[in-house]
Amino acid sequence: MRALTWHGKHDVRVDTVDDPEILNPRDCIIKVTSTAICGSDLHLYDGYIPTMKAGDILGHEFMGEVVEIGPKSTLKKGQRVVVPFTIACGSCYHCGKHQYSACDNGLPADNQDIAQELYGQPMSGLFGYSHMTGGYAGGQAEYVRVPFSDVGPIVIPDGIEDDKVLFLSDILPTGWMAAENAQIEPGDTVAVWGCGPVGLFAVQSAFLMGAQRVIAIDHFPHRLELAKAFGAETINFEQSATYEALMEMTGGIGPDACIDSVGLEAHGFFVDNVIDQIKASTFLGTDRIHSVRQAILACRKGGRVSMPAVYGGFVDKFPLGAFMEKGLTLKTGQTHTQHYMPGLLNAILEEKIDTTFLISHRLPLEQAPEGYKMFHDNQNEVTKVVLKPGLALAAE
Amino acid sequence: MSEAEIVEARDDAPLSTAKDRAGQQAATESLIDAKGDHVVGRAVTINRPPAELYAYFRDFARLPTFMENVERIDVLDAARSHWVVKAPGGRTVEWDARITEEREGEVIAWTTEEGADVADSGRIEFRDAGARGTVVVATIAYDPPAGTIGKIVAKLFQREPAIQARRDLRRFKQLMETGEIATSSRTKAQLQEEKA
Ligand SMILES: NC(=O)c1ccc[n+]([C@@H]2O[C@H](COP(=O)([O-])OP(=O)(O)OC[C@H]3O[C@@H](n4cnc5c(N)ncnc54)[C@H](O)[C@@H]3O)[C@@H](O)[C@H]2O)c1
Ligand SMILES: [Zn+2]
Ligand SMILES: [Zn+2]
Repeated sequence: MRALTWHGKHDVRVDTVDDPEILNPRDCIIKVTSTAICGSDLHLYDGYIPTMKAGDILGHEFMGEVVEIGPKSTLKKGQRVVVPFTIACGSCYHCGKHQYSACDNGLPADNQDIAQELYGQPMSGLFGYSHMTGGYAGGQAEYVRVPFSDVGPIVIPDGIEDDKVLFLSDILPTGWMAAENAQIEPGDTVAVWGCGPVGLFAVQSAFLMGAQRVIAIDHFPHRLELAKAFGAETINFEQSATYEALMEMTGGIGPDACIDSVGLEAHGFFVDNVIDQIKASTFLGTDRIHSVRQAILACRKGGRVSMPAVYGGFVDKFPLGAFMEKGLTLKTGQTHTQHYMPGLLNAILEEKIDTTFLISHRLPLEQAPEGYKMFHDNQNEVTKVVLKPGLALAAE
Repeated sequence: MSEAEIVEARDDAPLSTAKDRAGQQAATESLIDAKGDHVVGRAVTINRPPAELYAYFRDFARLPTFMENVERIDVLDAARSHWVVKAPGGRTVEWDARITEEREGEVIAWTTEEGADVADSGRIEFRDAGARGTVVVATIAYDPPAGTIGKIVAKLFQREPAIQARRDLRRFKQLMETGEIATSSRTKAQLQEEKA
């Protein structure tokens, strides 16, 4: 099959590799029809994530058609499914509590050591995101082996086009969980740092959960426009001072809830030297932590901070004093994707949520390397690139 | 100090986590018929009832499914088994083991027979954890011998035995909870290579 493979910094290629096979009873194989490039993939592209090996297949946002099933899969050949980016077993204690990203069994036994060392306990597996998160081949390919196919993938009814449901795989549930973690009450003002896909879905979700006002913060004019289209007020941090603007816009109170969807743009696990390397070369590390620092300072007393943004290691100058003195609540975590998929699919079918506004480019899989380059070079206009393996076949 | 005195003066943490030599010694001695003085202790919670886990474990022939280093175990009789363990260069090391303690649904302990090249003993306890399933506590004592065979054995436990035991227990948990052992291989050939 053809697949987008990683070979090093700014070097991704479409290679021919062996097709995946059923290896465990609960597996299925899907033929990918749509797969997106995520902001997190750019960190692999930039070479910031350790434990990548040449030839690794990328991609954790994908959907397709079931073409093969293991004896314990509950899916049927021909069904269309969206696959969650978190690989979780459905039968451990954490899965029982719907804390899927904390699944005990998603990672191969040997791959659990690093997370155990870094975080105290291993987390779930992730598709296409380095060997620390399992070393699973990703979805930017013609075919993917999907473990635990009886509990992960969600079946999509016929007649709903891919572009409407693809983001159930990651960023829509992530934005939704971010808003849920902000524990929004009717009449609340919610501030959202970062208008990438996650931030934009958090804006949309916050309104659906009853927020009266949402204030969106970014510096890309086009992304701020998209937030505005949902009814958000905007702060461009290159034009205005964020903390001061928030205080003025909320009559000196501060937002009731603050959502940090900036982060290191990575799903992955940064080890400290990598963070240091980033900091040293670009000051990105310190800059980005700025957003959570700002969120804590601006948040009203007794308010809530929600942090979907990914941080992997240690941070400098975390304002623990402000956090404690103001009695804030902080909720965070990798998304429990499987928990949110059914409800959000319904919301899409009932047309309460639209996700297609986000897609700026659609390309055949063969052009994935160009997709990475343009996403990397022009974040303002390129909001989401969706790859279609089928397009490539049609063009041949 | 006697073992009882040592235990008396301590906190409530398992002896296998002791930082001091006396505590480690006591942990070793608490193993029935302990062989060797390197102790590895691990607790893992498995979301299945004790009886089910015990039943799987008691059939030693099945242990190689999740014990990566063990190629084969032949059950000789109710108490004795013959272990064939992978060694570097495609070779194997073999020894006989004998069950020293056994309580249905609660405990299995074994030790290598006299004269075995490798002194190894283990004790697996299955403690009912109610709604959370079972806390499985594994205590392994081993003694890498000197000489050539010692080198093979050291390589055999390539990684630190603590890590090996931890990984084996994780695989046991995966098998019991999910019915399979997680792998990120893509093809059968890769999976074969990974297991070799
Ligand atoms: N928790 C999860 O499971 C999960 C899932 C998906 C993504 N994420 C994480 O969510 C975060 C956002 O993801 P994304 O795909 O939307 O990323 P993105 O890079 O597309 O968006 C981040 C946005 O933040 C803006 N930004 C940068 N610095 C800022 C600042 N100081 N103040 C305000 N805005 C600022 C950028 O201009 C950009 O538009 C990333 O950290 C990503 O890894 C988490
Ligand atoms: Zn993603
Ligand atoms: Zn699980």
